[in-house]
Amino acid sequence: MKISEQDIKTVATLSRLRIREEESADVLFQLNKILTYVENLQALDTTNIEPTTYALPMQNVFREDKVKPSLDRELALSNAPLKDDGYFKVPRVLEA
Amino acid sequence: MTLYDKTAHELHELLTTKKISAAELTGDVLARVDEVEDKIGAYLTITRDKATAQAKAVDDKINRGEAIAPLEGIPCAIKDNICTKGIKTTCASKILENFIPPYDATAYKKLSASILIGKTNLDEFAMGSSTENSAFHTTHNPHDLERVAGGSSGGSAAAVAGGEAIFSLGSDTGGSIRQPASFCGVIGFKPTYGRVSRYGLVAFASSLDQIGSFTHDVTDCALVLNAICGHDEMDSTSSAASVPDFTKALVADVKGLKIGLPKEYFVKGIDPEIESAVRLVAKKFESLGAEIIELSLPHTEYAIATYYLIAPAEAATNLERYDGVSYGARVDGADVVEMMTNTRTEKFGAEVKRRIMIGNYALSAGYYDAYYLKALKVRTLIQKDFTDAFKKVDLILTPTTPNVSFKVGEMISDPLKMYLQDICTVPVNLAGLPGISIPCGFTKDKLPIGFQLIGKALDEATILKASFAYEISG
Repeated sequence: MKISEQDIKTVATLSRLRIREEESADVLFQLNKILTYVENLQALDTTNIEPTTYALPMQNVFREDKVKPSLDRELALSNAPLKDDGYFKVPRVLEA
Repeated sequence: MTLYDKTAHELHELLTTKKISAAELTGDVLARVDEVEDKIGAYLTITRDKATAQAKAVDDKINRGEAIAPLEGIPCAIKDNICTKGIKTTCASKILENFIPPYDATAYKKLSASILIGKTNLDEFAMGSSTENSAFHTTHNPHDLERVAGGSSGGSAAAVAGGEAIFSLGSDTGGSIRQPASFCGVIGFKPTYGRVSRYGLVAFASSLDQIGSFTHDVTDCALVLNAICGHDEMDSTSSAASVPDFTKALVADVKGLKIGLPKEYFVKGIDPEIESAVRLVAKKFESLGAEIIELSLPHTEYAIATYYLIAPAEAATNLERYDGVSYGARVDGADVVEMMTNTRTEKFGAEVKRRIMIGNYALSAGYYDAYYLKALKVRTLIQKDFTDAFKKVDLILTPTTPNVSFKVGEMISDPLKMYLQDICTVPVNLAGLPGISIPCGFTKDKLPIGFQLIGKALDEATILKASFAYEISG
């Protein structure tokens, strides 16, 4: 077993997901199968090999710091599940 | 005259010589949609009124005697993870079921003269190889309705194969254009990473995602590439390299071209009917004057494992934005964390959750070095395989897929088996290279087979040249 039921609970919390009781056995089985498969990378010696994050050579991209028109507030808020007076509205974060 | 099965360049000719109108053409494609869409299920949204209005505007322009661009007035379909201003863009996910983008993706904007027929189905957030992970419905293969169209851009492939659009756009992170193109018997092209702006493409795995095309022939492929490629200041990873006129590459001459056949792509696990079809393609190229060179890409067997760590790690990060706050669905909860957890638990599908979990596991403290960092290092080795190979050859020829289209429901309960579908296509994304899938016949069960040509970075032109030579050789 690569990953335990407790590991799954921790990763689910990190992912802001809840694993339902009835699906937990299947989630455990599939993740273990996948993580066992990817284990084949360990057979390769990668000492002194640099990691590649982007396949093509890339540098910082700069542009002039000029003010340009951006999305207007109404449009930016148009898909908000809950809004109020030009703001996104969320459940209370701080104690009253 | 039926129009829906013609190519864009044929239709452009008919439009400019006024043998047909854009209204007739659009009407013919929409009638075809009415006829077959309930069986194929290529679309999530059909933009009938917009299409009709656009067609009229093109006809007015033609009647005023103005010139039209090659793809102007040509009916197209756009994968539903590419943002279209004012038109729902769902990513086939319940979390974006009612999302209406306030802006256009650059690639779509560049095609704004074409007529939008609708937004096509995909696996949720482009994660899958069959569209069975769509939260809404499965797309069926026009060649055999019991089988899948492939994925994740299955809707875009089936729309073109089924005559429901003349061309379409998809996105390819690990094979999501080339595999469905191969399953549906059409041409699918994934350009070099960065060739097409990702601005407005809903992010899955940002270092791998690339927009590309589905067309009936190589000429149309060149025309679509001409329209969508190019640097975009809105995407800092888009390539600054100049873009050639790809129609100039449509020269049927492969004399002296060196084409590599990597032995790792012709092993057990590849359907023998596919292997023999692709070997025939190699023979054909040889008879046209190309030189076939056997070679090795020794790290191929590690590509799937590498991909299924890197792509989920990037996806887990990208999909953090679906938190029920600024857009997308929200499911209420007692506090912010519960609201976010309820939203994501209820609105993401099983495969998306699985990849988020794998990604966050691979990135978490204690596992980062063994999983994510290891995968990034193996990515270097896979890329080096290609760099070495391209010192000896101009193109690499492989099958596009290890098997032809499978039956709906056949693989969906075995995620790992589904991942192995991507064995021939994933290495190309990891190395950021351009690749095409071209139809090369049918199995004895009459299912389409495709071959893949892989080119050097930014050398789409050589792929198109060889593809064109193959196509017109009959």
